[in-house]
Amino acid sequence: MSDRPMIEVRDVTRSYGNFKALDNASLTIREGEFFSLLGPSGCGKTTLLRMIAGFDTPTNGAILIDGQKMAGIPANRRPTNMVFQSYAIFPHLNVEQNVGYGLKRLRLEKAEEKRRVDEALAQVELGGLGRRGAGELSGGQRQRVALARALVMRPKVLLLDEPLSALDKKLREQMQVELRHLQQSVGITFVLVTHDQYEALAMSDRIAVMFGGRIAQVDTPKQVYQRPVNRQVADFLGGMNFVRARIVGEAEGHIVVDTPGFGQVRAERPRQFAPSNGSATLGIRPERLRVLWDEETAKHQVSGTVVDRHYFGEITHLVVEIPGFEAPLSVTETNNFGADDIPVGAPIRLAYDPDALVAMAD
Amino acid sequence: MNAVLRRAAINWLPAYAALYILFLYGPVLLLPLFSVNDSATPTLPFAGFTWKWYEQLWGNREMINAAWNSVRVGLAAAILSTVLGICGARAVTRYRFAGKRAMSGLIMAPLVLPEIIVAISLLLVLLAFGMSLSLVTVTLGHVLICLPYSMVVLMSGFEGFDRSLEEASADLGETAFGTFRRVTLPMVAPAILASLLVSFTISFDEFIVAFFLSGTDPTLPIYIWGQLRFASRLPAVLALGTIMLIGSFLLVTIAELLRRRAVARTKTDGGLFV
Amino acid sequence: MTAAADSARPVEPGVLPRRSFLQGEQAQGLALISPTFLYALILLLLPILVVIAHSFWTQDYLTIDRTLTLENYREALTEPMYRDLLMRSMAISFAVSVATVLLAYPVAYFISFHGGRHKNLWLFIIMVPFWTSYLLRVMAWKVILGYQGVLNTGLVGVGIIDEPSNAFLYNTTAVVIALTHAWAAFAILPIYVALEKVDRSLLEAARDLGDGPVRTFLRVTLPLSMPGVIAALLIVMIPTVGDYVTPRLVGGTEGVMIANAIQAQFGRAANWPLGAALSVTTMVAVSAMALVAVFILRAAARLAR
Repeated sequence: MSDRPMIEVRDVTRSYGNFKALDNASLTIREGEFFSLLGPSGCGKTTLLRMIAGFDTPTNGAILIDGQKMAGIPANRRPTNMVFQSYAIFPHLNVEQNVGYGLKRLRLEKAEEKRRVDEALAQVELGGLGRRGAGELSGGQRQRVALARALVMRPKVLLLDEPLSALDKKLREQMQVELRHLQQSVGITFVLVTHDQYEALAMSDRIAVMFGGRIAQVDTPKQVYQRPVNRQVADFLGGMNFVRARIVGEAEGHIVVDTPGFGQVRAERPRQFAPSNGSATLGIRPERLRVLWDEETAKHQVSGTVVDRHYFGEITHLVVEIPGFEAPLSVTETNNFGADDIPVGAPIRLAYDPDALVAMAD
Repeated sequence: MNAVLRRAAINWLPAYAALYILFLYGPVLLLPLFSVNDSATPTLPFAGFTWKWYEQLWGNREMINAAWNSVRVGLAAAILSTVLGICGARAVTRYRFAGKRAMSGLIMAPLVLPEIIVAISLLLVLLAFGMSLSLVTVTLGHVLICLPYSMVVLMSGFEGFDRSLEEASADLGETAFGTFRRVTLPMVAPAILASLLVSFTISFDEFIVAFFLSGTDPTLPIYIWGQLRFASRLPAVLALGTIMLIGSFLLVTIAELLRRRAVARTKTDGGLFV
Repeated sequence: MTAAADSARPVEPGVLPRRSFLQGEQAQGLALISPTFLYALILLLLPILVVIAHSFWTQDYLTIDRTLTLENYREALTEPMYRDLLMRSMAISFAVSVATVLLAYPVAYFISFHGGRHKNLWLFIIMVPFWTSYLLRVMAWKVILGYQGVLNTGLVGVGIIDEPSNAFLYNTTAVVIALTHAWAAFAILPIYVALEKVDRSLLEAARDLGDGPVRTFLRVTLPLSMPGVIAALLIVMIPTVGDYVTPRLVGGTEGVMIANAIQAQFGRAANWPLGAALSVTTMVAVSAMALVAVFILRAAARLAR
């Protein structure tokens, strides 16, 4: 991966009548990066991907690929290739013909064309299946053919539109790992569209989280998860306990907030933060709260009562009511110490690390 | 009680369906049967087997002329209605636009209009335009009658067509024309062929519109209509009818097989006109 | 998630990059359908309007008098011959459509519910006769029902009757039978489609809630397939009212229908305006009958619940 920008999205808006599918989005994707566009249905992520591919045109703004402006360049002349959500495997062609579809236009020598097709099929571990008809493929195989067909073109950017959503859970997890390895070995910039936060967290170098046509946050998976810029991002990426906080002080890069439960906390000053009427939201992920057993104590702890318990096999979710807190806290605890045996109604103490408390915009 | 009822229902239905098919086919199958009967009238019992009615057809210039007219009209109507059908079906299955329902409703209307209404209204307008009646006017009318069927066949072929296939082709560097040639055409070709065959069959067999719109050149059904006045020519008409039945059957069977192939390619399902 | 869901509107590759997408799709769709639509407009809608116009004109030998008048309608509605023909045509088309639907429903039901893997084959087998020449199919009935026809000679041969009977051919019954046969296949399709759309779990739900098979059929299947029944009824009723071939071939003088009179006005009698008025009257009358039938069927379906 280098720092050279491969894709630049500059102030791009896409409107359909009064509806803005994408609203003034700006973004830079680096060369060799595995980049994900993450968000719920209708957030504009597919629209953005299709504009990069050339299937849609920005109403305003510009898209550059490898430094070149893409306006007016149709999809068939862009250095991008796409893995479609439906895979779009040509049903009247076999695997080889599908993979070789784009090469036909390059008028390569027969042997060279065959070599490249075989190489691409080997890359996706489909060697030997070249003669299979499109109708005889399993879901996972279709996905691999779509991947090989795009990779064989040696694009500068590979675009993936929810490529794993049609697969079952187990295959999906396996393909996540394989896709990541594949990207690292070919070194091509991958742009993935997904609504599955785990997929984005597991595969990406960086993630852009999108809501309602706007890009809310662009960061590494860890940052996006641990330091969400607002409640919406925090919520979309997993469970989060929210506490309303009053801002009592500000320092270089930090703010000091006062909450009814955790007391005075010094927290990293959130980006995109405009302290309005002196309040903010303080959040902590359920797994960052730890149950204190028996006589164990911690420097930072709260105590309360278990009001509900949900068993999930390897973990247990506890809902804990704590005096002074406006809402009960969710706690995720692994089951190796017997969290699944804590009865509802039992008193409980929870430890937390103040660094795990994140301040964010409402 | 429920089990008894259900068993009765299950036993009753297949038997009824078989009877129904007998009702559908029985009368039609009488034509081939009596076309080889060695008797001037279609009476029971059979008088013996003969090919002579078919042999009579062979030298009948009038009949051959009419058949040739029907072939020409059928080909022209099939091509025109398929070309127009491709435009209409593609527009309806792929695009959203204001007035789509009303427009496709008008195109499909001949399906539910009495043919005589279509025929006389066309007659009035064509004469008002100063066109003299000929095989051309018959063709114009037949296209109108065939269009709804072409539309249905083509729409079933286009319906499941995944738009991303064309996008994938463009994405892989193919031009718009190349995409049409390498992806779109091979996938919808069976549906287009099916539409050609179905429209040809309909036009070839169509009587009322031809009856009103033809000039001095008769089509085959008009020729048959004329022959029906003479009882003595009935056996020959039966022989001719048998040939037409077999022809229609073959064309429609091929059309259905092709259409299924088109549907299988675009991965939706249904029968002809379902 | 599909592209359409993501953008709340379908995404169309912009062929005209500078124009807004909606305009582009609208324009492309209209451009594509326009040849077909214009064909139907000029050769179907316009002609029908011309027919309606003619029905308000009069004809004096070969010249058309374009003064608006209701004279043709007066004649069409009061002349006993036309009134009788119209009433008989309506009665025949009503009988044929009801008979066709009643006969077709169980077959459509059988194919949809018990057709198994061969549904398409069943449908195809049923549709094949429909594709053969209409003229020939009606002619077959002449062969069956005629004085020297299969039925007569067969019955005489077996000794059930002593001499051929004239009772089979050339009457209204013969017309109804031949028409029912001709349209039998076509009525199955809409009913079948409607039955296919019935969610099978609804039937299980009805059974689960205590209805037996008959009550389940009456309370769930039948009402849900009613759109198909209505479509089948209309698809048979409207075209048959104007049938010309069948009454001419097997109707005799008793089975003459309105289309024969219309044809006469455009042929021998050469009174186009009267022919036009008869056509318009027929269409209006059959539409009214169809509307009433639809209304009654809907009401019946509501009651069945």
